Amino acid sequence: MTSYLIENVRSKFPDAVLEAHSFRGDETVVVKKEALADVAAFLRDSLGFDMLMDLTAADYLPREPRFELVCHFYSTRHNYRLRLKCPVGGEQPSAASLTPLWPGANWFEREVWDMYGIRFEGHPDLRRVLMYDGFEGHPLRKDYPLKKRQPRIAHRD
Amino acid sequence: MTDRKHHELPKNWELEKLEDGRMVLNMGPSHPAMHGIVRVLLTVQGERITDSDVEIGYLHRGFEKTCENVTYNQCVPYTDRLNYVSPFINNVGFALAVEKLMGIETPARCQYIRVIMSELSRLTDHLTCIGANAMELSAFTVYFYLINAREALYRLTDSVAGGRITPAYTRVGGVTRDLPHDFKASTAEVFRTVRKNLADAESMLTRNRIFYDRLHNTGVIGKEEAIALSFTGPVLRSTGVPLDVRKATPYLVYDRFDFDIPVGSNGDNYDRYLVRIEEMKQSMRIVEQALAQLPGGPVNHPDYGVTLPPKEEVYGNIEALMAHFKLTFEGVKPPKGEVYQAVEGGNGEVGFYIVSDGTGSPWRLRVRPPCFPLTAGLSRMIKGAYIADIISTFGQVNMIGGELER
Amino acid sequence: MGLETAFGHSYLTTRLDEAVNWARKYSLFNYPFVTACCGMEFMSAFASTYDISRFGAEYPRFSPRQADVLFVVGTVNEKLAPVLKRVYDQMCEPKWVVSFGVCATSGGFYDNYATVQGIDKIIPVDIYIPGCPPRPEAVLDALVKLQQKVSRESVLDKKYK
Repeated sequence: MTSYLIENVRSKFPDAVLEAHSFRGDETVVVKKEALADVAAFLRDSLGFDMLMDLTAADYLPREPRFELVCHFYSTRHNYRLRLKCPVGGEQPSAASLTPLWPGANWFEREVWDMYGIRFEGHPDLRRVLMYDGFEGHPLRKDYPLKKRQPRIAHRD
Repeated sequence: MTDRKHHELPKNWELEKLEDGRMVLNMGPSHPAMHGIVRVLLTVQGERITDSDVEIGYLHRGFEKTCENVTYNQCVPYTDRLNYVSPFINNVGFALAVEKLMGIETPARCQYIRVIMSELSRLTDHLTCIGANAMELSAFTVYFYLINAREALYRLTDSVAGGRITPAYTRVGGVTRDLPHDFKASTAEVFRTVRKNLADAESMLTRNRIFYDRLHNTGVIGKEEAIALSFTGPVLRSTGVPLDVRKATPYLVYDRFDFDIPVGSNGDNYDRYLVRIEEMKQSMRIVEQALAQLPGGPVNHPDYGVTLPPKEEVYGNIEALMAHFKLTFEGVKPPKGEVYQAVEGGNGEVGFYIVSDGTGSPWRLRVRPPCFPLTAGLSRMIKGAYIADIISTFGQVNMIGGELER
Repeated sequence: MGLETAFGHSYLTTRLDEAVNWARKYSLFNYPFVTACCGMEFMSAFASTYDISRFGAEYPRFSPRQADVLFVVGTVNEKLAPVLKRVYDQMCEPKWVVSFGVCATSGGFYDNYATVQGIDKIIPVDIYIPGCPPRPEAVLDALVKLQQKVSRESVLDKKYK
């Protein structure tokens, strides 16, 4: 029953699905960046995924495309989960925003912009949420050193 | 503050055009009702809020990036400090995620112990939430009663794990140490205190005219909107959606216990308060059933590639010594892959998403904080309300800074 | 300050010191600048089991103008540092600062891009309380030490000029 989800997505978007697998009970579908909004809308409207549980990204630096956007969906009616991933790369990485479909995606996308520098087209208000304005760089990228500090006010000593 | 000029306000706020008597008010980051570290910029018309912008990030401590540089077991103290009022739940969630990635299962006794400690954490979480919220609405006595109950629970967790608030109790493959011998008797004693204090607090709050007026019909949100905003936990259950990870996708041994999920109907703060009170009673019920069913046996996974071997073995034979060495210096090594494990925290679904590259440190560790979407939805919940309603709404949302901003 | 400085270091000034310090140390109004997990132990220290009220310090004043002691409880990160400095600047003399917990003392185990490695990089600190989080007994011990420090002050100190 659970791989029924993957088959459903694959049959509706045959050329957008790059890969799909199930590991330790989690179903994952990897789609092309351009199809993200369509696949997400299909998941919400036809398959009943009414809750976007999480939206985040991961940086696989030596690999190109560098980033991978990871969305976890949950259906409250049917109680199943799905992970949707989509590789994002390039000099100015960007992806379609899921905020029009799920308003809860608003802050998750702001955090991805803050931490990774992935812009979201269609986001109503994309600005930093965890770091302060004036912070340069995107801390969770692999090439940002862990201890590189940017003091906001002058330190004593 | 100097950052007032630099703070990026939302694009649709045109502050220069505020001519109709509206005012911008700052409930700054160091504010008693903001639990220290949330800043809410309000546009108010008199006392009514017309618009608000919630600014967070004042406790961002770089949890996710730090965990990419340490081993899996070294991440456990960092997870304590996520939702620091219910640390065991974070520890358990993290350990479960790594164990799911490795495809191993801990012994039955360990699972029961993890359930018991998680429920004790849920108790401390709800006690703190209601106590702090009551104090902010100036019910000081209730605060002292509930903190007293919480102290009794802390003594209990101190005796089990060695730490009151930051126990770092679980390890990948088990827990640090077994329960003390007198745990059943101590728990019975502590629950007597907790039940008494809870009954006293309830008698002062639940049918209190002032408390009811402050909480009823404030912070209202509807079912569909709550789901669309990714709410989980008591706030979602107060709207009428019976979603609890412990029942939906039971983990550990929750499917062996008989407990109920309280569900509200109005979606307002008063329902959230009632849901939390009832959840505390159900938590105590679960712990009592778990203690009755607690099996004997080992508490750690038998494989020395996962858990530290006992000291007698380490000093006895070479395989255990090598295993000890490798585990301490390199850490457990899950296979390559990614996994998402959800547990039910005090505020909702705490999700751990781990990507492993085969080494002893996670490549990516993501915590899905339950109060992140809740705080994001705060603007929606306080729109059109009085400034005084922010206090009750924010208190019942139970924003915990460590979890919100990691 | 006033007339008492005319006497210089004399018997009258030391009597005055004792009286003033006695009043100050047994009525410390604290400003709880609470950020993180240490806040839970702060709540415990100020509640009934560990009762800081015995020492006269239980009354939190949430306005810096009315507070004597700034308890910096929990981690301070770069985003919050200007706020801390501003709150400290707004407090009136006499004021003391207690750094509660290792995160406020030295950054704790958060040695990364976001955390200030100790609030003494921003404001001067009088008492440091180690612990992650410190037990409430440690908080009471720190308060007693602060009271001893206050009792060693004098009205002729430079900062009161």
